[in-house]
Amino acid sequence: MPSRPKSFSRRWRLAPILRFAYLAFFLLFVLVPIYWMFNTSIKPSDDYLAIPPVWFPDAPTLVHYEAALFAYRGLEGLINSLIISLSATVLSALLGTLMAYSLARYNTGGQHLSFWVLSQRFLPPVGIVLPLFLIYRNLGIHDTRFGLILAYTMFTLPVSVWMMFAYFRQMPKSMEEAALVDGWTRWQAFWRVAVPLAAPGIVAAAVFAFIACWTEFFFALVLTSRNAFTLPTVFRAFIGFQGAQYGEAAALAIVSLGPSIVLGVLAQKHLVRGLTLGAVRG
Amino acid sequence: MAEVKITGLHKRYGAFHAVKGIDLHIPDGEFTVLVGPSGCGKSTLLRTIAGLEEASGGTIEIGGQVVNDHRPRDRDVAMVFQDYALYPHMTVANNIGFGLKARKMPRAEVEKRVTEAARMLGITQLLDRLPRQLSGGQRQRVAIGRAIVRNPRVFLFDEPLSNLDAQLRDEMRGEIKRLHQEIATTIIYVTHDQIEAMTLADRIVLMRDGVIEQQGAPLDLFERPATTFVAGFLGSPKMSFLPGKFLRDGSAAAISLGDVLMPLPPARASIAAADGQLILLGLRPEHLSRAEGPAPVPGHIRQEAVVDLIQPTGSRSYATLRLAGAPAMAELQAHDVSRPGERLAIDINMNRASIFDAQTQRAL
Repeated sequence: MPSRPKSFSRRWRLAPILRFAYLAFFLLFVLVPIYWMFNTSIKPSDDYLAIPPVWFPDAPTLVHYEAALFAYRGLEGLINSLIISLSATVLSALLGTLMAYSLARYNTGGQHLSFWVLSQRFLPPVGIVLPLFLIYRNLGIHDTRFGLILAYTMFTLPVSVWMMFAYFRQMPKSMEEAALVDGWTRWQAFWRVAVPLAAPGIVAAAVFAFIACWTEFFFALVLTSRNAFTLPTVFRAFIGFQGAQYGEAAALAIVSLGPSIVLGVLAQKHLVRGLTLGAVRG
Repeated sequence: MAEVKITGLHKRYGAFHAVKGIDLHIPDGEFTVLVGPSGCGKSTLLRTIAGLEEASGGTIEIGGQVVNDHRPRDRDVAMVFQDYALYPHMTVANNIGFGLKARKMPRAEVEKRVTEAARMLGITQLLDRLPRQLSGGQRQRVAIGRAIVRNPRVFLFDEPLSNLDAQLRDEMRGEIKRLHQEIATTIIYVTHDQIEAMTLADRIVLMRDGVIEQQGAPLDLFERPATTFVAGFLGSPKMSFLPGKFLRDGSAAAISLGDVLMPLPPARASIAAADGQLILLGLRPEHLSRAEGPAPVPGHIRQEAVVDLIQPTGSRSYATLRLAGAPAMAELQAHDVSRPGERLAIDINMNRASIFDAQTQRAL
């Protein structure tokens, strides 16, 4: 049997090792900070900056969670954040889907309206925060969940519309037309055919909207104070002129990861596109 | 079941005029095929009948009722789309029954009709599958099932076979024709394939640039094309057109192709052409055959030609000939012709030849 060239056989064995090393590096890159955050959240305050670092605390504690959630009102922030983010996400997905469908199928507003919708994102947010603050104060919706839901819906809508617009445009019209000829109204064809088929797009747009709302800090800071404050604004309190509350910050960060992870797992199935495959010739 | 009557129908998309004043009367139960090259407006016409496009002018009547302002759902038509347009998130059974549910039919009745339609099309074993688990031919059947289960007044087919491979296309073509014989509902069928048009239609409506070029029974159009366009569109390989001159001398008439003189049989001599008029002589491949016997049969003329190109198909061979200096395709017996450059005596059937005005391209 002729022997293989040496370089070939070596490369053959090297490839999986390289791939493993590459993946391991990125896995560590992503997971170590999260572990360190978790680690910090359960270790006693003295161990925060200890040298050598304490990787596995001897006496894990939950005091930081207690302090972050109750003393620093993290739990209220969490509840506000959940209500506001979910409401804004649902509104943004619902309105975005309707707007996008109208733009994609009826060419509403000609070629300019769709671009105008997206152009709302060109404006730096800082440019409108003061006017918005004044308007909200005059309308009496400053520091209310409703006010923030409204603002967040407004900010996430352009991206939702644009994502859904692109999605609807690549979806063949013929299935909705088949429904129309089959005896359904436009509205029924939309709900029973177009929306189920666009589900992956709607879920993707909703996930983006939720993440944007969940992590938003600037508007929450300006438009709320003692009542409707959201989770990100709570973190301000952990850094004072006397030092930083590392344990509490880490504990609340871990808590704030929860909903994102749950959402990610739930949405994962729908994020996979391909539902339209098989509808048309294959 | 219903007749369809279209009067002065126009469809414009902005500046683009897709359908330019169509008048068409389709009797109840007729299988009408709209055929023409892509962009001729045939699909637009069909979609306008379905109500998926709004007419820019003219009227559409279905069963004696003007339906211009009716929504698609109120027209009681069923449509089979080119891409099948099955609902990917529903099983085959739900795909077929979806239209019945829209009409609030009781569940048991829906089930009964779906089962019946599936049986007719031989897809009973597929009822629980999703469209993506089906082959192209099976999807096509489901799409047809979705239409027949509704028992509509008119069936509309929009190029339903163009996504199938050749063998399946032949098979489905036969099934659609049999289906029409069984249910005898009015069918309007759009295709760009002239063989589909010829084989399926009771009547062919040949369209070009948004107008009807000619309509009639398939063989009428094939044998008596009104224009060179119709003549060239129907038939494969297509008709050859040889430029020549019409000559008349008393009651006798002839055509001269260059220096070749071709006398016309008495039956064809009376056509409305003047002496010296420039014409196109239209010859189908089957009108040219290899010369046999000492003299041509009456109505035929014998002419020598040079073989340019041979395309054998098995039972027949298509030979491109140089006939009086112009190319003409002949359908010969498989062994009539052996190599390019060969000189052949050809008998031309002048009884069947078409003669067109070279200027207007219309039949004389």
